[in-house]
Amino acid sequence: MTTIDAPRSPRMTRTTRRTTRGNVEMVGWLFMRISGVVLVVLIFGHLFVNLVAGEGITGINFGFVAGKWADLRWQIWDLLMLWLAMIHGANGVRTIINDYAEKDSTRLVLKVLLLTAFVTTVVLGTLVIFTFDPCPAGSPADLLPSFCTA
Amino acid sequence: MTATLSEPAAVGEVPTFDVTLRIRRFTPETHGDEAYWQEFTIQAHGTDRLLDALHKAKWDVDGSLSFRRSCAHGVCGSDAMRINGRNRLACKTLLKDLDPEKPITVEPIKGLPVIKDLIVDMEPFFASYREIMPFLVSESQKPTKERLQSAEQRERFDDTTKCILCAACTSSCPVFWTDGQYFGPAAIVNAHRFIFDSRDDAGAQRLEILNDKEGVWRCRTIFNCTEACPRGIEVTKAIQEVKRAMVTRAY
Ligand code: FES
Repeated sequence: MTTIDAPRSPRMTRTTRRTTRGNVEMVGWLFMRISGVVLVVLIFGHLFVNLVAGEGITGINFGFVAGKWADLRWQIWDLLMLWLAMIHGANGVRTIINDYAEKDSTRLVLKVLLLTAFVTTVVLGTLVIFTFDPCPAGSPADLLPSFCTA
Repeated sequence: MTATLSEPAAVGEVPTFDVTLRIRRFTPETHGDEAYWQEFTIQAHGTDRLLDALHKAKWDVDGSLSFRRSCAHGVCGSDAMRINGRNRLACKTLLKDLDPEKPITVEPIKGLPVIKDLIVDMEPFFASYREIMPFLVSESQKPTKERLQSAEQRERFDDTTKCILCAACTSSCPVFWTDGQYFGPAAIVNAHRFIFDSRDDAGAQRLEILNDKEGVWRCRTIFNCTEACPRGIEVTKAIQEVKRAMVTRAY
């Protein structure tokens, strides 16, 4: 059965009226639209190359990924995908927290958690993309990409 | 061709049936501070609206039942309520469209403080409305005759002139439920009505007001408002048009 929540306290009158052209919320809203469109291209391109093109899903192994990340274009592609997806997702969760967390303390805790997860993932991901060693020493040659010589 | 009428006497006769209203009541003076459900079973006719059934319940069964209504014809916007979980006007809702076989639930609109039974405090709603300056602001020389406007210029904001301030949209918005600080769809619709009016000169000012942290950017494009509007205003579309005007103004 539907029930109705207890009535909320009346709305406070706004004391600080912002008279600005742009603001963070507007930039955020715009970013969500634009990054969304770019992400559709990036993600489906990524899925196609990894799962469909060439040998398809059976071709995915260490060598395949290592081969991709030895190419600057794929590095840029993956980096862009990582950053856009993470900012897009984190901003989405931020709006959900703003909408649904009722207490200031809950909101703060959730946002700190969100920010921690965001920073960790982005820093770690960026580090991996740029410092990835496609030919780790002492590995069996059949697992490595073809351009590894040692 | 032979037409056979089985019951000639029944032609044009309006069916009569019993209908059960399940009303969410809040009467602190007699029942304490908890809201409760009360059922009324009354006789209604096929042409009756929910408002007629409510009248019957109030006039013939329990005079303490309280609700707002004024025009009874969908013009004044007094009797928005949550009917079977949807925000509608009681005076524009026919009982026969509500499946009178089952009890019809009637609740006050959500997100505004309930004063009594189906009556809510509309002040927070009107506070938002006042903030967007719902009046013509003209800086130009006062004309000696009417302020002229072409049919196309009028068409631009025609949809949003239909608002009757019943609060059905604002009180159907989940963002408004969770955060009463949000301006709400109705305020934005009424701002839209002036922002896109060629005779008005305060469009930029209204955009700035709605650019607030609690302004249009809190809209999540849920479309509850468009669905709730008893006047068929495309509320969500109007909000998006305001957003677009802000973006094009800023860049
Ligand atoms: S009573 Fe006026 S709109 Fe329903």
